[in-house]
Amino acid sequence: MTTYEIVVGIECHVELKTKTKLFCGCAAEFSDDPNRRVCPVCLALPGALPVVNRQAIEYAVKAALALHCEVQPFSRFDRKNYYYPDLPGAYQITQMFHPIAKGGYVDIETTKGSRRIRLNRIHVEADAGKLLHASGGIGGAGGTLADDNRASTPLIEIVSEPDLRSAEEARVYGEKLRTILEYAGVSDVKMEQGSMRCDANVSVRPKGDPVLGTRAEIKNVNSFKALERAVNYEADRQIDLIEDGGSVVQETRGWDDEKGVSISMRLKENAHDYRYFPEPDLPPILLDPERIKGIGLTLPEMPEDRKSRWIKELNLPACDSEQIASSRFSAELFDRTVALGADPKTAANWIMGEWTRCVRVKGIGMETEPVKAEHLAALLGQVSAGKINNKQAKEVFEEMFDTGEAPEQIIQRKGMVQVSDTGALDAIVQQVLADHPKSVEDYRNGRTQAIGFLVGQVMKASKGQANPGLANQLLAAALEAMK
Amino acid sequence: MNQSISAAEELAALTAHDASCRLAEGTVSSVQLTQLMLDRIAASQNNAFITVNPKALEEAAAADARRQKGEARGPLDGIPMALKDNISTQGLRTTCASRMLAEFVPPYSATVARRLSEAGCVLLGKLNMDEFAMGSTSENSYFGPVRNPRDPQRIAGGSSGGSAAAVAENLAYFTLGSDTGGSVRQPAAMCGVMGMKPTYGRISRYGVVAFASSLDQIGPITKDAQDCALVLNAIAGKDPYDGSSLMNPLPDYLDALKDGAAGLRIGIPKEYMGEGISEEVRMAVERVAGLLEAQGAIVETCSLPRTEYALSAYYVISSAEACSNLGRYDGVKYGYRTQAYANLAEMIEKTRSEGFGDEVKRRILLGTYTLSAGYFDAYYKRAQQARTLIMEDFRKVFRQYDVLLTPTSPVTAWALGQKHANPLEIYAMDVCTVSVNVAGLPALSLPCGTDSQGLPIGAQFIANTLGEAVLLRAAAAAEKGGKA
Repeated sequence: MTTYEIVVGIECHVELKTKTKLFCGCAAEFSDDPNRRVCPVCLALPGALPVVNRQAIEYAVKAALALHCEVQPFSRFDRKNYYYPDLPGAYQITQMFHPIAKGGYVDIETTKGSRRIRLNRIHVEADAGKLLHASGGIGGAGGTLADDNRASTPLIEIVSEPDLRSAEEARVYGEKLRTILEYAGVSDVKMEQGSMRCDANVSVRPKGDPVLGTRAEIKNVNSFKALERAVNYEADRQIDLIEDGGSVVQETRGWDDEKGVSISMRLKENAHDYRYFPEPDLPPILLDPERIKGIGLTLPEMPEDRKSRWIKELNLPACDSEQIASSRFSAELFDRTVALGADPKTAANWIMGEWTRCVRVKGIGMETEPVKAEHLAALLGQVSAGKINNKQAKEVFEEMFDTGEAPEQIIQRKGMVQVSDTGALDAIVQQVLADHPKSVEDYRNGRTQAIGFLVGQVMKASKGQANPGLANQLLAAALEAMK
Repeated sequence: MNQSISAAEELAALTAHDASCRLAEGTVSSVQLTQLMLDRIAASQNNAFITVNPKALEEAAAADARRQKGEARGPLDGIPMALKDNISTQGLRTTCASRMLAEFVPPYSATVARRLSEAGCVLLGKLNMDEFAMGSTSENSYFGPVRNPRDPQRIAGGSSGGSAAAVAENLAYFTLGSDTGGSVRQPAAMCGVMGMKPTYGRISRYGVVAFASSLDQIGPITKDAQDCALVLNAIAGKDPYDGSSLMNPLPDYLDALKDGAAGLRIGIPKEYMGEGISEEVRMAVERVAGLLEAQGAIVETCSLPRTEYALSAYYVISSAEACSNLGRYDGVKYGYRTQAYANLAEMIEKTRSEGFGDEVKRRILLGTYTLSAGYFDAYYKRAQQARTLIMEDFRKVFRQYDVLLTPTSPVTAWALGQKHANPLEIYAMDVCTVSVNVAGLPALSLPCGTDSQGLPIGAQFIANTLGEAVLLRAAAAAEKGGKA
């Protein structure tokens, strides 16, 4: 039986978070109210002309530098011509012949080890509007309506070489791309909200065959998990086809995540002839090395660099470093908390534990900085000074997360104190021992783990305020004395 | 009665700068000038206007009020003028002489319209043209052809035929046209008025409905060089809304008028005076050379050897850009939409089939073909290479000459309908004007007499990039020589 190799290349569209659109002064922000963020330029009214947004160019350069691309000193826009009602000018302004950046790479780590995925190019382009298909009718109008709020918002398209060899690699590549772009600070990179959109070109070939198989392009993938599933589905579909004596046809397929299948959208024969030609309304983009260098200086320390620094200088375990570096927001929180004197491993545990949990459970965007490094560091300080215990600290943390209040205030407001007074604790310890003769008996019979239950009872009796270490100590001493 | 008619004729025939003097003296008001123009427009049979501005008199009254308060804005305040109907005017329909936009009212104004309005000009209305500026006769209009005021059986030239005819018939003190391959200069020549196409990027294109973006340029059509300078002063200069507009500082174009022809180095490219140029046209151009030589200009024959490629390069590039620029007319948001359709594709197809005229469709098909996969290199790319060679030609001759002198059109105005059967014959008539657009240079057409049938002839001056001042200098000197 033939063993097949999966070959995947990914085209990723990333929305740049500029203040205004790519070619006009309209706010590049989402609006529920249709056609509120529009003007003659982004509506492509007769006579309107585009003017390039400098911030978009700078963001594109920043992304390119973060991805190790060669930024081009000369690049230019082109027109991609096709008719569709969500495309106001009947052409998309993009970069076909002279993209803003070439080459570059992304290093990925999977269960199979680490690999370098080469990039082909990055180009800048304008997004299209949206169509709303109304069966009943929006505002009584019915049919299909166009909303051009999104028209002409800036995108970069990052095109990889067909270097990916599994669905897992495709997913990890996408995640890594997101991390890097988040660090570069050029996009919200949210797959679910469409600010990052990955299309996968998938083909299969007998392992060892140097010739690429016929590919299908998979669109409408809305999460990295879906990307992995879609690639697996497509590879299986193609292998089945070939095994059954058929052959793969070049086409575009849409992924349906709910059903877990893809559906053919367009065959190659029906592909558009886009009639690309240089955009005559826009002068070329000229970038001198000084300007490129200047933009590069605005990039923060990237995930790989942070990871190796943490492992080397802070003795942080590699897996912790990987996890915290995977988001710019957790990485910055970690670095700042440690800079304020927190123990690195403890800070890491809190970020990977409570912080990540709260972000996930409460659905709060990390970028909103729900917990300040000052507050986290102060909280850890309270714990290490023995003023509150870990359990109390978790309660304070959640409160901090919800309200943004400083830990000291929360502790004071809640009247939290850790009972570390031997005298006060001793009475509770004696009471607990008296109330739980069975556990005392167990302990005396050599089942020393019974002490854990008894510590828990002390904590409970003290309403969580006992210093658990001290309670443990006192219990052990009392039990030993009872032997 | 007769006397008052002739007084009105005399007032209507004034140049803009003379009308401006009368306004400044207080011997006439803007409302009077405007009413005079509106009456003449209503009486005209030449179809120069598509739309008359219902607010013209209101604008004129506002100009008069400013002047009374001593707040007149400058030499053009209160001067009635009109715009080619591809220049967007907020609240006033802008049709491009097309069924597609026959009812289209723009929600914004072109930069040139705004600048003239800020200078105090009164907008009389919108001028007839070839549909989407495609043509050299102004016959390709959904609103019917423009007639030449010098002979109503003949074409006014195009595509800015209405703009040239209006000035020639004294229906406006000046007008704006657009020039993609000669569309300001050629009708100006055929109607016996002055027309300038400035350097590409000297005047903002924002709001001017695009035909061929890398070639289009707005230009004034006036009665003399001084008016041309006045209008240029008002509309030229960088526009933040047009990425292709030039930053270079602006001279006062009126200064150029005084310099005279002494020492001016004039080249006559031999390729523009050969086969296909009518004898009468050639002689009229030579007469202009003689007038300037008499004033101390140095006139020599020179050569632009790549001229022969200009026409083909022009039609490939302009059609390619046009097919893309006109894609937006799909019936979705504005403009004409077909009545009945079963689906999206049919709606777009029928809308475009019904909304565009034959010449526009011809250019769209041509452009679509030359940009298609497999043909791009053979057509578009080669046309761009030819463009580079043509620019080189000009760069070379402008090391030796300040200005070039050629005919504007190889022949004078022909009869309406005469060349309908053969579009290529009409395309060939653009031979003297297109290379200027292909090279992005400034040029001006100067009226220089008439042929044996009394039809106007135009002489063309071409200057190097941003050489508008030297064009005006040469034109003013030739005007002076002609009068003397």
